[in-house]
Amino acid sequence: MSAAAGAVGRGVPLEAALRARRDAGAKLLVTYMTAGLTEDWVDYLQVMVEAGADAVEVGLPFSDPVMDGPTIQEASVRALARGVTPEAALSALAVREQPVPLVAMTYYNLVLRAGLERFAARAAAAGVTGAIIPDIPLEESGPWEDAAADAGVATVLLAAPVTSDERLAVLCRRSRGFVYGVNLMGVTGERSSLAGSAGVLAKRLKAVTDLPVVMGFGISTPQQAVEAAAAADGVVVASALMRAVLDGASVVELGAAVADIRRALDRG
Amino acid sequence: MTLTGPATVSMGEPSETGRFGDFGGRYVPESLVPACAEVESAFRSAWSDPQFVARYRGLLADYAGRPTPVTECHRLSAELGVRVLLKREDLTHTGSHKINNVIGQGLLTVAMGKKRVIAETGAGQHGVATATAAALLGLDCVIYMGEVDTHRQELNVFRMRLLGAEVVPVRSGSRTLKDAVNEAMRAWVSEVETTHYCIGSVMGPHPFPWMVRELQRVIGDEAREQCRALLGGADPDLVVACVGGGSNAAGTFAGFVGTSARLVGVEAAGGAAVGRGAPGVLHGMRSLLLQDEAGQILEAESISAGLDYPGIGPEHAYLAGTGRAVYADAGDEEVLEALSLLARTEGIIPALEPAHALAWLVRAARDGTVPGGSTVLLTMSGRGDKDAGQVMELIGDRLDARLAAKS
Repeated sequence: MSAAAGAVGRGVPLEAALRARRDAGAKLLVTYMTAGLTEDWVDYLQVMVEAGADAVEVGLPFSDPVMDGPTIQEASVRALARGVTPEAALSALAVREQPVPLVAMTYYNLVLRAGLERFAARAAAAGVTGAIIPDIPLEESGPWEDAAADAGVATVLLAAPVTSDERLAVLCRRSRGFVYGVNLMGVTGERSSLAGSAGVLAKRLKAVTDLPVVMGFGISTPQQAVEAAAAADGVVVASALMRAVLDGASVVELGAAVADIRRALDRG
Repeated sequence: MTLTGPATVSMGEPSETGRFGDFGGRYVPESLVPACAEVESAFRSAWSDPQFVARYRGLLADYAGRPTPVTECHRLSAELGVRVLLKREDLTHTGSHKINNVIGQGLLTVAMGKKRVIAETGAGQHGVATATAAALLGLDCVIYMGEVDTHRQELNVFRMRLLGAEVVPVRSGSRTLKDAVNEAMRAWVSEVETTHYCIGSVMGPHPFPWMVRELQRVIGDEAREQCRALLGGADPDLVVACVGGGSNAAGTFAGFVGTSARLVGVEAAGGAAVGRGAPGVLHGMRSLLLQDEAGQILEAESISAGLDYPGIGPEHAYLAGTGRAVYADAGDEEVLEALSLLARTEGIIPALEPAHALAWLVRAARDGTVPGGSTVLLTMSGRGDKDAGQVMELIGDRLDARLAAKS
């Protein structure tokens, strides 16, 4: 489907951007914003970028987010109650070009309902260059990976602590943009300390892939971000930031929180 | 609707990827893939192990009270003009077909060396059944139940606790059955090494839809032989069962799919996944789901908490697509009428779920969809005790008026 190359959007290519930052010696910081959480949610996304996020995951809320813990669930419920749809969220993103890659994070039913090709093309047109869909494992994700690739969207695959070496190799071969290492056996959400499984998985991933390895789940503080990034190329911080927005943090305050994590990662 | 269907569809094993036609599959996060594979491999060896099957059948007989009888309903048959036979799952221990599944999965939990089960429940029937099996087999048990349902079904919450289970009220989303499934899956991810998720219906990721159907096929296998004994070697013209996720229907249909009987599944009008749903992915499976145009899952609405599920098991979606089974629905009002009719004519108070199957049959017999003189097997999947309070609130006044008119 090379004709679909015309559908490639104007977003920043995910893998190239992250590799360039990594090769320049930086630890990668990927933040997360629930689309539609507030009227000015794009301003929150914007401030994350200004405060030093290397990429931003845009959560397209789903009614039944099985991989998400209480914080992202609450953010999703609130955004859905405000009437957000995938279409509205992508339209809002399309208004402002971002200097870093945007990664759509959602569940498969929203993608299927729109149609794989249509969803991928729509996301690309809005400047999205990556996608994370946690409820399609390797065995089921082939059709989506193809549709996404045709539209210029990188499908980021997730590796878990229980993933076998054999699956890990396949997963790293097929993942695009980066590999998302899930720190722990559980759902997203803040934790008081970093899971012991995090470092082990990061090392296993680094041993088999040259793709950027970014760890996520349960990273709440700058200190945890530094710890989790030690054996990997970077981290995803999501729930802790959404907790702050849910609790009323202003755009400026959220920017400061992201800047804290950025500084900690840069200090190492 | 027409009731003809080819008898060429079988209910065998799903494909290697767990598919029945286009439906099924294993749409779970990477963290749960090894656990699903473990359950599949454990069930495959258990189900072909004569010792495991003997223990399962032994407990079904000595503990759950199988085989359950088939009861011929003479007075109801006279009223409807069709010959009605009921497969009496309501007479099992704990009062519904759910026990067949939980005994099987309970034994499987032990076989896998795990000491703990978790389960979701809507009205509480599967929760009570799971807590029962856990008590019997010495397993720790945690039941996830929507907070709304814990209030609606206080007595079942107490039953589960009495049986030694912990009941966790689920406060996410709509706080009902689908959210209880979400929460149980979330819990399973973090406890998967010690815990088996005992899914209550023919739903979820592969192998659950297939495994639960196999554990429920005892209903259909028994009923087919019992019907043949009653009918001089013949099979019924029609086999009818209610469908939420669809486990009693799947178990019943599995016994008759190779016969000439026409198969009818009856959904709640407010939860009609075949009637009003569209293909999608939820709770680990591709099936027919109630959803909006963006793909957000909608709430099912029915007086029957057991049918309050926005999806349907993937094998039913497949059977519907092939036409081998047809799916109809029944509304709250006719369900209450059918419940009263069976109570008055046969002395059997059905649960609200099978009362849906009965309501469809009453309507279909009266409007000629089911020709007079047909023989119908209907699975009476559970007894009505659990619903008595709710039914009293709904039609108690009507009953008083009827009694007053008589005297």
